[in-house]
Amino acid sequence: MSGLAISLLDLEVDSGVCLEVEDYQKRPGKWCAGCGDFGALNAVKRLLAKEQLQPEKMVFVSGIGCSSRFPHYVNAFGFHGIHGRALPVATGIKLARPELDVFVVTGDGDCTSIGAGHWIHATRYNANMVVMMLDNNIYGLTKNQTSPTTPQGYASMTSPRGSVLPALDPLQATLGVSNASFVAQTADWVPAHLYATLQAAYEHPGFSFIRILQRCPKFTPDVFEQQVKDPDLTELLVHEDGVDPPGLEKLFKARRIHNPRNIDDARSLARRRDMLRLGVFFRDDSLPVYDEVRAVPPVTPQEKINRLNKEFERYAV
Amino acid sequence: MVKKEMKVTKASEHTVEIITNSGEGAQKCAQIFGQTCAKMGNGVWTVEIIPAEIEPPHHTVTSTSGNIIRFGTHKITNWGDQSKLAIAFNDQVLLSRHRLNSLDDNCIILQESMWENHEDEFIRRNYAAAMEEMSGKNYRFISVPIEEEALKIVTNPSHGKNMFALGLLAEIYQRDVSIIERQIANIFRFKSQKVIDLNIQLVKSGMAWARENLDFRFDIPSIPAEEERIVMNGNQACALGAIAAGMELCAMYPITPATSVSHELAEIIESYGGIVHQAEDEIAAAGVAIGASYGGKVALTVTSGPGMALKTEFLALAIMVEVPLVVLDVQRGGPSTGLPTKVEQSDLLSSIYGQHGDAPRVVIAPRSIEECFHSMVTARSIAETFRTVVIVLTDANLATGVQQFTRPELDIRWQQGPIDQSPVPEGLRPYEWDPETGLSRRIIPGTPSGQHTVTGLAHDEHSLVSYHPSSNELGMRMRSRKLAVFQSTLMPPTVYGDEEGDLLVVGWGSTQGAIDEAVDRARAEGRKVSSCQLTFLSPLEPGLKAIFSRFNKVMTVEINYSDTVGDPYITEETRRYGQLAWLLRAHTLVDIDCWTSCPGQPLRPKDIYRNIIAKLEPLQVVEKGEAT
Repeated sequence: MSGLAISLLDLEVDSGVCLEVEDYQKRPGKWCAGCGDFGALNAVKRLLAKEQLQPEKMVFVSGIGCSSRFPHYVNAFGFHGIHGRALPVATGIKLARPELDVFVVTGDGDCTSIGAGHWIHATRYNANMVVMMLDNNIYGLTKNQTSPTTPQGYASMTSPRGSVLPALDPLQATLGVSNASFVAQTADWVPAHLYATLQAAYEHPGFSFIRILQRCPKFTPDVFEQQVKDPDLTELLVHEDGVDPPGLEKLFKARRIHNPRNIDDARSLARRRDMLRLGVFFRDDSLPVYDEVRAVPPVTPQEKINRLNKEFERYAV
Repeated sequence: MVKKEMKVTKASEHTVEIITNSGEGAQKCAQIFGQTCAKMGNGVWTVEIIPAEIEPPHHTVTSTSGNIIRFGTHKITNWGDQSKLAIAFNDQVLLSRHRLNSLDDNCIILQESMWENHEDEFIRRNYAAAMEEMSGKNYRFISVPIEEEALKIVTNPSHGKNMFALGLLAEIYQRDVSIIERQIANIFRFKSQKVIDLNIQLVKSGMAWARENLDFRFDIPSIPAEEERIVMNGNQACALGAIAAGMELCAMYPITPATSVSHELAEIIESYGGIVHQAEDEIAAAGVAIGASYGGKVALTVTSGPGMALKTEFLALAIMVEVPLVVLDVQRGGPSTGLPTKVEQSDLLSSIYGQHGDAPRVVIAPRSIEECFHSMVTARSIAETFRTVVIVLTDANLATGVQQFTRPELDIRWQQGPIDQSPVPEGLRPYEWDPETGLSRRIIPGTPSGQHTVTGLAHDEHSLVSYHPSSNELGMRMRSRKLAVFQSTLMPPTVYGDEEGDLLVVGWGSTQGAIDEAVDRARAEGRKVSSCQLTFLSPLEPGLKAIFSRFNKVMTVEINYSDTVGDPYITEETRRYGQLAWLLRAHTLVDIDCWTSCPGQPLRPKDIYRNIIAKLEPLQVVEKGEAT
């Protein structure tokens, strides 16, 4: 917690204005009571307050779905676009304005189904942004249809006799992409872990992909029920380069020291199904960041005209 | 050898074809020849003949790659009718041009001599069959040992025949060799001096062969231009226009025939502070451009028909959230994969109406290569002023056609100033629509006190999601109003020819040159025909109904599909019109007819002319779609 004190102090010196957690709330979330999205919103507001981010210097980008309403509730610029396509918009914003903090809020349908192509490629671009994939294992806003992450056998309106295929694993998929630089998993019901993971993602220079397991009280109230009730079913991946939020040692007895720089271990842990694992699976600060490698120095309008006039020589008759 | 008497024919224009297998350098040969003609003061239009495949099997009718160069004393605005002279590297590629009716009945054909008595019987048989098939025309065949002569200078004839052919043309049309030499030096500037010398040697050997063996020359007088001119194709013009307009980000996905716009941009845009982003797909290309524009950059996305279809949802979003965006659609033949390398004007209605819900946007269509350049400046200005999407429709004809035009005088205002980022006054709503004009301040991220969330959902002036009937109607009205306001700034289109008469031919975009030429022919015969070429399609230019009312008949000419009355089941009730005809009929309630054709080629003036005459004399039946 000493980090928090220092950064608050720094900002007080800078601007003299201190923004409180509630200053980052534009309006209350309109999700169902008990929805895990509230937990994510609270953690984000805490992060913004801790970092004292200026509301006009952040953009929250989302697609379509319950979680994609997120930008409407944060005191920041927001872009609530179309289904599955938050990542290209966010990439464009980052290319245009690398100095802005960009957060993407997406869901399991938005990201891993209709937006799957963009997800793979945005991971590879590794533009500097935080991506929160709120995974409730179901399509909520359209009222209970199977999503790629719905557990096999789980019934929905479109698979009334149960989903017939094994669920897609977003962690394994992301970890399989070249140039993936930050992959983490956390859960809405462990607020300290969610907050610490967000913090690590925010600090990571690159595309920080967080799968946030998110309870849907309406349509998948039971998919995470056991893990919520019994912490022994969860293992925390801890490391000084990952996250190890204080105060969770007593609750989660299963702790594994996992060096998130080891991609093979990360993939192997992501593949295992014996326990639920929360933590930073992988991070690599050394990979190319798209908005950095594509940065070009600005050119004045007059200089552009001079250069273009010269260019015309190539085409002169 | 006894020299025959030399015959020099003076003509105001000529059309030449160089026909080869792909990979034999026809484009380079034609490029240098066209440039040389332009530099000598001739008007020039060149058209590529390109197969959809990279290098299909050689010596077949489908392997044809080549180039058509039409040049003359006057300005040339289209590819014209048929070729008067052709150089063919083999009988099969020549046959493909014959079958497409591309060659004039009296075409002079300089033909590779090695196939007639080739050791391979299969080749000999095909040659004989091809010659038999072409025997009905009055072509004048001249055998030329192209490969044999090239082999005297280079070891690989595929890298030499084209320059030998250029030498033939240089001699026949009495081109200035020093210009050719400079062009060669420029084209091969990244190669060694040896390569340049070899190419010049090949040209000279072609000239020498022609001097020795050909008994004819053509004299196409030129009038050197007074103003400075540049020569390029439409895609290059769009790329340079994008730079001139201060565009900073081009997001694209490879698609024929649009891709070369991004090739040009990728080459130079970074030295102008911008980038080309090759996205993972067409949809993402639109998304990245929209994100960049939302962030305050000047963004462009470049595509063709299939890509337009994929971008539809995103374009409607840009319109809904009022993010400026320029979309360049280099149209090709459709539907589906259609004719990737060929021309069609069939994205008009989908560009204007292609989305769910009402999403008014601006659609413009440059009519010449020069207008391709300026269209980008215009498009940016409209997109930003009205915070909307501007679709620029060019096509494969403009994309690959090469023409010279007056060198643009660049204007620093085209780059436009930075966006107002002064603090947003308290109480200003994100969509504070001016009730008259529908315009509102564009607030980009980073603007103090400007934070708000834009949404593709129906929203009110606060940018809050709103399902209220009145706010939905207001948003619809305001977004539409902007188009009407923009239209109020437009001038009525000009009529080419008299302001009144028997027939007005209405076209749009790239067909201007061919239509005007056809109208000239009809007018020369005393016909009361005029033409009017539209460039603003959404909103339409003002005053159309008044213009149409001064003509007995109005007919559109377009490169797209329409039904012909009299075909089975086709009646006035079932007939589907050409796309501009649909639009104008709905817009003006005038009974507008159309003649359209979708041969995958630019329209020829003679075909338009025949249909003008047919429209004036309805008894004369012209078979629809028979473009030659």
